[in-house]
Amino acid sequence: MSLSRAKARKRQRMYIIGAVMIAVAGAAALALTAFEDSVVFFFSPSEIVEKSPIDPDQRLRIGGLVEEGTVSKQQDGKTVNFVVTDMAESITVAYAGILPDLFREGQGVVAEGHMSPNGTFVASEVLAKHDENYMPPEVAESLKKSGHWEEIEAKNAEQMRN
Amino acid sequence: MHRFAKPSVFLKITAPILPWLVGATVILIASGLYFSLIASPVDYQQGATVRIMYLHVPAAWMGLFCYVGMALCGAMSLIWKHPLADICARATAPIGATFTALCLITGSLWGEPMWGTWWVWDARLTSMLILLFLYLGYIALVNAFDDPERGSKAGSALALVGAINVPIVKFSVDWWNTLHQPASIVRVDGPAVDPSMQLPLALMIFGFTGYYFVVLILRVRLELNERRIRALHLSGMFDDNGENSTAETKPYDPSHNAEASQ
Repeated sequence: MSLSRAKARKRQRMYIIGAVMIAVAGAAALALTAFEDSVVFFFSPSEIVEKSPIDPDQRLRIGGLVEEGTVSKQQDGKTVNFVVTDMAESITVAYAGILPDLFREGQGVVAEGHMSPNGTFVASEVLAKHDENYMPPEVAESLKKSGHWEEIEAKNAEQMRN
Repeated sequence: MHRFAKPSVFLKITAPILPWLVGATVILIASGLYFSLIASPVDYQQGATVRIMYLHVPAAWMGLFCYVGMALCGAMSLIWKHPLADICARATAPIGATFTALCLITGSLWGEPMWGTWWVWDARLTSMLILLFLYLGYIALVNAFDDPERGSKAGSALALVGAINVPIVKFSVDWWNTLHQPASIVRVDGPAVDPSMQLPLALMIFGFTGYYFVVLILRVRLELNERRIRALHLSGMFDDNGENSTAETKPYDPSHNAEASQ
């Protein structure tokens, strides 16, 4: 008799813990969905275009791939211009400072700064974004030769969009 | 299941396993370090910096693995009031905290040359830091009470509520955009790590897991022995006239333990 009562209490504790866990998970899901805009680290060019016009005083981050052949040094010798794209929309970024080692065309970057009224993003900090692929140089070389490299780049662009 | 959860049975089962586990862990970590530091290729972009990954990824895995273990032990200790589950949870917390800290430190060391920053507040990095604080909070909480049972109750509740953070850490890179790269190993399309780099990674992951179980067994043993000593003290066995010594020490079954430690 007392044994079954102990069992019932254990079962009751199990249910209470289960209910509390579900409640906490639900609260966490609601909170994280509500603050989605603060949880994301950067906006893609598409989202920037969607949100524009953006207040020039608002600091934000923009992320995407550096479009091939768009990196150019300005006449003042400090500022570098490049186009950040997610393959749907593109935004020109101007940055005066030291670029990270991994910064190169076709690679992901995240720039922090503000939108100037003329539609260029003026960055105060540029970070390189590494993708999830790890491979020796020979493998990268053979992927480029066999033409599978574009698939990886297309996938990276897609990840930047979502 | 309760049959196996007795301290005496724990000691009996783990005693013969421990030397093998220690041997396997030493071999795995030694060969893992050899492959990750010497006999593996450099990355096409990161160069030799990729070698940090062989510490960083296993440490991150252990940080999550230990937390899941700690939360499950916490649930068992809340539901079945099992002292061994509570001891395991307490023993796991500092190990998991150390691995989480190692993951954060190695990640920071990798981020500076690769990203160009030591730290950013993106979803992955922030949730991992919260994981470390959950461990530290658990350790502080279970030791904050004079009555260890109240401490373990509060700690188990914290461990369980904090378990919500584990899927957030894992899927943060899929749910939101982050500076941290998406999952490279456990993902739908199969690993995005070249096979030549998977070997050292696998060796280190298994080595770290083995290391956790070795330290867990040693820590649980230590705690059981400490409790026995405390019980013997309380029973007055060390006093001059220890009359009621047998009654108090019985739950700890000294004969069983003596047998197991041979």
